[in-house]
Amino acid sequence: MGQHLPMEQFDRNARAALQDQQQRQALLQATLLFGERRRAALQQVPEWEAWRSHARAVKDHTLAHLDRYLEQFASAAEARGTQVHWARDGDEACSIIAAIARGAGATLAVKSKSMTTEEVHLNDALAAAGVEAVETDLGEWIVQLADEVPFHIVVPAIHKNRAQIAELFAQTIGTDRAADAQALTAAARRELRARFAGAGLGISGANFAIAETGSLLILENEGNARLTTSLPRVHVALVGIEKVIPRLADLDVFLKVLPRSGTGQAITSYQSLLTGPKSLAGDDGPEHLHVVLLDNGRSRMLAAAVTRQALACIRCGACLNACPVYQQVGGHAYGAVYPGPIGAVITPQLLSPRKAHQLPFASSLCGACREVCPVKIDIPALLLHLRQQAREGKAGQPPARRRSAEALLFRGFAFVAGGRRRFACAMGIARWLQRLCGPLLHRLPPLRSWRQGREVPRLARHSFRARWRRQEHRQ
Amino acid sequence: MVDQCWPEIGLATVALLRHAGCEVLFDPDQTCCGQPACNSGYQAPGRALAQRVIEQFERARADALVLPSGSCAAQIRHYGPLFAGDDLWLQRARAVAERTFELTQFLHQRGLGSVPGRFAGRVTLHDACHGLRELGCHGEPRALLALVPGLQLVESDQADACCGFGGTFAVKYPEISVAIADRKLDAIAGLGVDAVTAGDASCLLHLRGRLQRRGLQLRTLHLAEILAAGAF
Repeated sequence: MGQHLPMEQFDRNARAALQDQQQRQALLQATLLFGERRRAALQQVPEWEAWRSHARAVKDHTLAHLDRYLEQFASAAEARGTQVHWARDGDEACSIIAAIARGAGATLAVKSKSMTTEEVHLNDALAAAGVEAVETDLGEWIVQLADEVPFHIVVPAIHKNRAQIAELFAQTIGTDRAADAQALTAAARRELRARFAGAGLGISGANFAIAETGSLLILENEGNARLTTSLPRVHVALVGIEKVIPRLADLDVFLKVLPRSGTGQAITSYQSLLTGPKSLAGDDGPEHLHVVLLDNGRSRMLAAAVTRQALACIRCGACLNACPVYQQVGGHAYGAVYPGPIGAVITPQLLSPRKAHQLPFASSLCGACREVCPVKIDIPALLLHLRQQAREGKAGQPPARRRSAEALLFRGFAFVAGGRRRFACAMGIARWLQRLCGPLLHRLPPLRSWRQGREVPRLARHSFRARWRRQEHRQ
Repeated sequence: MVDQCWPEIGLATVALLRHAGCEVLFDPDQTCCGQPACNSGYQAPGRALAQRVIEQFERARADALVLPSGSCAAQIRHYGPLFAGDDLWLQRARAVAERTFELTQFLHQRGLGSVPGRFAGRVTLHDACHGLRELGCHGEPRALLALVPGLQLVESDQADACCGFGGTFAVKYPEISVAIADRKLDAIAGLGVDAVTAGDASCLLHLRGRLQRRGLQLRTLHLAEILAAGAF
C-alpha cells in the first residue's frame, strides 16, 4: 500500500515535486479553481464572518468540556444500540477494527473517505489481518489503485489529470486508454458496485459526532458514503475525539461553513446522519454499528492552551488550497497524512516533533491560511509557537539542537543590533566586505542560498541614518 | 532594511510625513524590531530587540511611531505574546502598539488630500502579506496612489499572493521561495506595467532579486518613493 515520503526530508521532497511539471500544472489549476469557487460561494453570504465566529465558539466550548461531551456522546450512542470503543492510539484503533472485521466474518471491507483511517494506516493493518479494504471515494480509489497516499485531505487525487487516470485504469481495470471522463467514472462505478455488494464490513470516518443524540454526520458528494454506511451488515466509524459537538442544532453552522470552505458548495450532495443500527428488519442501515473514538495524541494537544485551537479544525482543506507553499509542492512532499499549513501544525504534535522538524518552517507566514480558515485557527501563530519550541525548547526542556550556526547567527545579530555604535560599525564592515569581496560572501550559506535564483541586494553607499544626520546638520 | 539597503524609502517617508503636517523624529539608536529572530524561533534575542524599540519610543515622547513597512509595524503591534507573564513589559508593549502605524494607513487616517509626488506610468500594487492580513491594509495604498498625478494603477489577480520571501524561509527553501515569486512575476509580466510597488522593502528586494536574475525589465519601487516621487 502507498507509502509516505520521509517527512524529515521535506526539503528534498519539495525539490523533487517542483521538478514534476505535470503535477505542478494540475495542482495550480486545482487550487486556483477551489479558491475561486470558495470566494464565489462566500460572496453570496454576508453573514460569513458571523458564521466563522459562531463555528469557532462552538468548537472552543466543546473542547473546553471535551470529557463531558465525549461521555454524553458515548452514552447517547449506546442507548441507541451503537457499540462505542475507545482507542488510545492508532495501533489500538486498528486492532479494535480488525477484531470487528473478524467478528463480522468479513474478508472484504468497503470504505468511504476518511483521513482518520489514513492517520492510523488502517488499510495496512486490515490487510495484515486478512481483510481487503477497498476505497470507494473516486479520488481515494484512484490513489489506492496507484499505490499512493492522498495528495490533499478533501480531494485526494487532485494531482492527477484525466490522461493519467485513464492510463492507470487501463493498467488496473482494463479500460480503454482513450476513455473520456464519463467512461472512466462509469467504469469505476461498475467496479465499486460489485465491491459494495460483496462487502461484509463498511468503514467510514465522520465529520461530526453529536453528543446529544449519539449520531454521526458524514458529508460527501458521490453517494459512496451512503452506500458504505447502509449496505454492509456491519459498520464501523473511526472518529477523532475532537469531532464531537454538543447538539444536533450546532450542525447548522458547520453545514454552512464546511462545504463552502472545502469545495465552494453551499451544501454537499449527500449528508448522512447515522444514529444507531437499524431497529426493524425492513429498515436501511447496518445491523451492527460500531464507533471507535480515537485519541492518538489529541488529548496531548488539548492539554496545551496554545495548541488546543488546532483541534478545532474541521478538515475542509481551504488552507491547503490557499497556501503558496502547498500550491507549489503539493501534498506528498510533506510526507504526512495531513499536509499543508494545518498539517504543518498538527503533524509535529500528533507524531514526533523531531521527525516533523522541518514542517513548521515550511511556510512564508503569509497568513493566507488564517484568512480562509472557517474556524479562525491562527495557523501562523501556531507555526511560530512550534518554531520557538524547536529552537528554544519547551518550558523546562532543552531544544533539539542547542548550538547551531543559526542560533549563533541570531544571537550575534541581536548583540550587534543592541547598540548604535556596534550596529554602525558592523554595517560599515559589511559594506566594505561587499565592495571588496562580494563574490566570496556569496559562497557563504545564507547568501549562497539566496543566490539560488535571485541576485543579492547591495547595501546602499550611505545609509538612511547617515543621510538623516547630514540633513540635520545642514538645518 | 530601509536604513541600510534602501535609504530613499526613509527619505521619502520623511517627506510624506512632513507633507502631512507632522514633525518627524528619527532616533539613530534604532536598529531592528526583532522580527527575523522571532519568526525563526529565537524569541529571546527577539525580545531583547523589542525592548529596545519600546524604550526608544517611550524616550521620544512622540504621538505616533510610523514605519514604511507593514511587516515591522505588524510585529510591533503584536509584541504582546513576547512578554506573556510579564505585566509591566506587556503594558509598555501595548502602549507602543496602540500608537504604531504602517505608513499608508497613517497617511490615509490623517485624511491626506494630496501627495507631493508625481509619477508618469503604469504601476501594479503588491499587497504585502503582513500589512494586508495583520493590519488590514488594502484600501489605503490604493486611495493614496489614486492621488498621484500621472499614475495609472493596474490591478493584478495575484496582488494579494505572497512574493515568496518569508524571511529565513527564502534561504531555507530557496527553490519554493523562487517558485512562489515566479508565479507572482509571471502574472505581473502580463500586465504591461512599468513598475511594481508595495509597502514593504523586503518583498520588493526579493522580487527585484528575482527580476534581475530573470533579466526582466520592471522597476521595483516602494509606495513611499512613488507617493513622494520627485519631492525628496
